[in-house]
Parts: sequence; C-alpha cells; structure tokens
Amino acid sequence: MDANNYYDAIIIGAGPAGLTAGIYLSRAHIKTLIINEGTIGGQMIFTHEIANYPGLESVSGYQLANTMKKQAKMFGCNIKSNVSIKDVNLNDELKKVVLSDGNIYNSKTIIIASGGRPRSLNAIGEALFKGKGISYCATCDGDFFTNKDIIVVGGGNSALEEAISLTKYVNKITILHQFNHFQAFQHAINEVKNHPKINFMMGSTINEFIGNEKLEKVRVTNLKTGESNYLKIDGVFIFIGYIPNTEFLKGKIDLNEFGEIIVGPGMNTNIKGVYAAGDSIVKLFRQITTAVGDGTIAALSASDYLHKQNAKQ
Amino acid sequence: MLDTNLKHIETADILTKIISENENVMVICGRMGPMCIPVYGIAEELEEDYKHVKFCDMEFDSFEANIIRNLPEVQGFMGIPFTIYYKNGKVVKATSSIQTKSQVIIILDKYFGEPNKN
Ligand SMILES: Cc1cc2nc3c(=O)[nH]c(=O)nc-3n(C[C@H](O)[C@H](O)[C@H](O)COP(=O)(O)OP(=O)(O)OC[C@H]3O[C@@H](n4cnc5c(N)ncnc54)[C@H](O)[C@@H]3O)c2cc1C
Repeated sequence: MDANNYYDAIIIGAGPAGLTAGIYLSRAHIKTLIINEGTIGGQMIFTHEIANYPGLESVSGYQLANTMKKQAKMFGCNIKSNVSIKDVNLNDELKKVVLSDGNIYNSKTIIIASGGRPRSLNAIGEALFKGKGISYCATCDGDFFTNKDIIVVGGGNSALEEAISLTKYVNKITILHQFNHFQAFQHAINEVKNHPKINFMMGSTINEFIGNEKLEKVRVTNLKTGESNYLKIDGVFIFIGYIPNTEFLKGKIDLNEFGEIIVGPGMNTNIKGVYAAGDSIVKLFRQITTAVGDGTIAALSASDYLHKQNAKQ
Repeated sequence: MLDTNLKHIETADILTKIISENENVMVICGRMGPMCIPVYGIAEELEEDYKHVKFCDMEFDSFEANIIRNLPEVQGFMGIPFTIYYKNGKVVKATSSIQTKSQVIIILDKYFGEPNKN
C-alpha cells in the first residue's frame, strides 16, 4: 500500500453532502480525501439562486459550492475532481477505490455521496444535438429560441416550471409527457393549462432527433397506439427527473429497486465502515439542507467507527 | 466579469491580440450558469498541465463577444458556452454547451498537442 494514497476516510462525491462530510472529518483531524467525478458542488451549480439555505438570504449555487469547497480545504481536506472511479472494494477492512487513471486509494471508511443526475431520454441523436437544439437548462439557453417553436419533455414540477419560464422567449411550447397526467403541484398544472402559448401532447415520447447542422425534427411515438409521427421543431428542452448515481455500486451494496442506497439512522449501509448521504440514499426530500444534514450524520458515524477501530488496535 | 480564475477577455481587440500572440488559445464564451461553470472548472484544472495553451473566458452577453457570436463556426450553436479553439489565430474547433473533461482533453491533444509531462 502506498502511504501517500492512504486516507482515514474517502468520500465519493463533492456535492453538499460530500463537502459537509469533508468539513466535519477534516476539522476532526481525520485524513480525508474527496473523489468527485464532475465539477465540485454537484447539483448546486445547476441552481442560479438558492433562497432556502438558512443563514443566507439569497446565494447562487456556484457561490455556495465554492464556499463549502474553501471551508473543506481550509481544514485540510484533499479534493480530486473531474476524475472517474473504475472500481471500488468496500467489503475488506481496508477499503479500496480504483480510478480510471490507474491511481488506487485506500481507506478505513468510505462515505458515498454521489448524488443524482438529470435523466436523459436515451433517444437516437440525443447526444448529437445537445447544444444544437436540445437543452437541459431553460435559464441558460432560452434566449436562443426566441420566437421559435419548442417541445418541453416531462410532466413533473421542474418541467412545468421551466416551460413557464420559457414562454417569455418562445412562440409556442408543446409539453410532451409519457403519461396522461402530470406529477406536479396543482398551481403549476393550472398555470401551464391556462397559458396561451402552451399546448400538450400526452402519452407520448420522442424516439429520435433528426437534423443536419442543428435539430430540425423529432420522431414522436404515441405510447398507447404505437403510431409514430415526424414533427418539425426548433428546440427540445428535457426535464424528466433525476436518477441516483449508484450504477458503480450495483451488487456491492444494498440498493432499493430505484437504485437508491439503503441506510440506517446513522447513515450506515449494510457494509461495516461504509456510510452514505444525500440524494443517492433512500429518502423523501432531496434538498441541499437535507444533504448537508445527512453528510453531517455520516461524518460523525464514520468518525465514531474510526475511533472504535483505532481503539481495537 | 465572469467569476473564474481564467484570463478574462473583455474586448474584441484583446481577443485579437491574444490569438495573434499565442499559438494555442482556448476561449470559453459563456455565463455563470450550470452548463458553463463545469467547462471553466475543467479549463482551470487543465491550465496547470497544458502550459502551451492560453486558457481564457469571455462574457457571452457583452457586446464585444460578437466577435465570437458571429463566427461562421458557431452559427448552428444553440447552447452555451461557445468554446473556441484557435491555432495561429485561426479557429480549428468550436463546441457548444457543456463538455466533459475527457472531451476537452481529446480536442486539446488533437489540435494543440499533448502536454509535456517532464
Ligand atoms: C435545477 C435544480 C435546482 C435545485 N434547487 C434547489 C434549491 O433551491 N434548494 C435546495 O435546497 N435544493 C435544490 N436542489 C436540490 C439539491 O441541489 C440536491 O438535493 C443536492 O445538491 C444533493 O446533494 P448531494 O451532495 O447528495 O448530491 P449532488 O449535488 O448530486 O452531488 C453529487 C456529486 O457526486 C459526484 N459523483 C457522482 N457519481 C460519482 C462517482 N461515481 N464517483 C465520484 N463522484 C461522483 C457528482 O459529480 C457530484 O459532484 C436543486 C436541484 C436541481 C437539479
């Protein structure tokens, strides 16, 4: 074992849950490494304005993420971002994380805080037209679709809210949803139903995105009849929910049928020394405040575990 | 000004000067939003290794950014950031919307060459 690559605790994920755990552990002088696949901050950086984080009247997700990162680093936490995990060994007393770049890290305890990501349609051509007609962010790209006709895919709160925010730019919006009803707050449903620029295509899905330099049309299938039609369109915004980032844990830890990590009251998983926190666990409300709370509990449990392990030796 | 640690380009004249004085330049033209922030972060991380590349950003909503918005290479683009790679003052590659670190590395290595690890 390379001593430089040994940590008392490894945290997987640098969203609010992982960064909070990093702050608590490092402040307790526990040698801690956070390994993060994407940008530090996780889903927080998708949020332009956070108005429900106690103590801060209004803050951008980027600022809050940066402050948490600074705080963790200030206490000595090491953070590696934009790296990817190839394999994990959770069962042994000395845990192992193997990165795709070949680096191997060991630790006595692991906290999984890998959060979630937006679900994609997985339709033909989706990757090809990202940024060329397909978008996942209304506030970022809405103005490119001024006076154009677009589709918003999804039927939850975020799809309906983003559709309303796009009405200030576009000519016409078709909300396309796989079910015949929405899964959103009644006030959001009423707002889209009463909006003159919005119409609906229920019980349908997009199977294919077609175009040359940019998106020109989509193939839409009616899920009841199986009938497909081509629709000329300038843009498609996709908001179809989030999925937990736990694929790399399948078969290694107890997950529920949705791929969420099953935890006990101390954020303990079914494996000794392995804890989980934030959006990747089974829970009712996915918020920054709840992720921060989970991260705190996981860190304190991990710290207690390390203390007991060290006392044994 | 964008809240990044990259070199900020504030005018079209400065961009012209930078691409004439540096062989390899990457300019990320965006806002402080979820599709752009990850790309700035990736550039900040790569800056250390890719010493032969000048990494810059430019505010998408500034009038001066017309120099990028009017490039023929970006006319089909409908997602920020617009990321432009210049070699010897000429556009060699342009991408639209968020990119992963490995996507950026592939472009840098192909057009500007791999970093010298020694
Ligand atoms: C558009 C939007 C707006 C929101 N607005 C608010 C709001 O106003 N207020 C609020 O309280 N909440 C809001 N939320 C919810 C909030 O952002 C999440 O609940 C919170 O970020 C979850 O934190 P987390 O740390 O569990 O996971 P995440 O924030 O998802 O972070 C997980 C991190 O783990 C990394 N990761 C994933 N897989 C791996 C892997 N295999 N290896 C290593 N790293 C990995 C990811 O790259 C990411 O950086 C919003 C969410 C979205 C999408």
